Amino acid sequence: MTVLDGVVLLLLVGGLFFQGVAALGLVRFPDVFSRLHVTGVLDTLGMPLVLLAVAIHLGPTLASGKLLLVIALLYLTSPLVGHLLSRAALESGMKPWSGGGSDP
Amino acid sequence: MSTAFLLAVVAMILLAVPYLVRVAAGPTVFDRVVALNGVGTKVPALVLLVGLLYDRVDMFVDIALSLFLLNLVLTLLLARYVREKGSAT
Repeated sequence: MTVLDGVVLLLLVGGLFFQGVAALGLVRFPDVFSRLHVTGVLDTLGMPLVLLAVAIHLGPTLASGKLLLVIALLYLTSPLVGHLLSRAALESGMKPWSGGGSDP
Repeated sequence: MSTAFLLAVVAMILLAVPYLVRVAAGPTVFDRVVALNGVGTKVPALVLLVGLLYDRVDMFVDIALSLFLLNLVLTLLLARYVREKGSAT
């Protein structure tokens, strides 16, 4: 159990925590747009922390370089996917949830 | 250290269940697409952790990269498809 293993464990637990937050939000939130918002938490914190933990565990190899590439691609494409999905929902006539109403 | 990765795999699979519930029971088709994108984002990390358990990371990293790109293309195509259908609610 070295210091590096401690860092890896900390990153894994942090990633799993944010994945739990994203899963809770996906179940509890009322409409498409807020669910899309909470999926962004998964894209920007849940997955990259786990991937970074694996990359640190592997050390400086080609595989960890590819993992950093996956993280960079995730950060580049997550806003793209969110924008396209929310625009598709909005143009198809979905109304954003504006408080009140029934409990989801 | 491998027990930690095994526990992480189990926890990630359990945390993917709400997404599958949302895919099955989403009120609109956009909910289903959003939840499917969430599951597809989880899959590369899951494959990577399983590869770490098997000590074959060099191979599984490439699989994870290609699965990530496939999920991206799938979500973009689904977004265009459900928009052109234009069927809300």
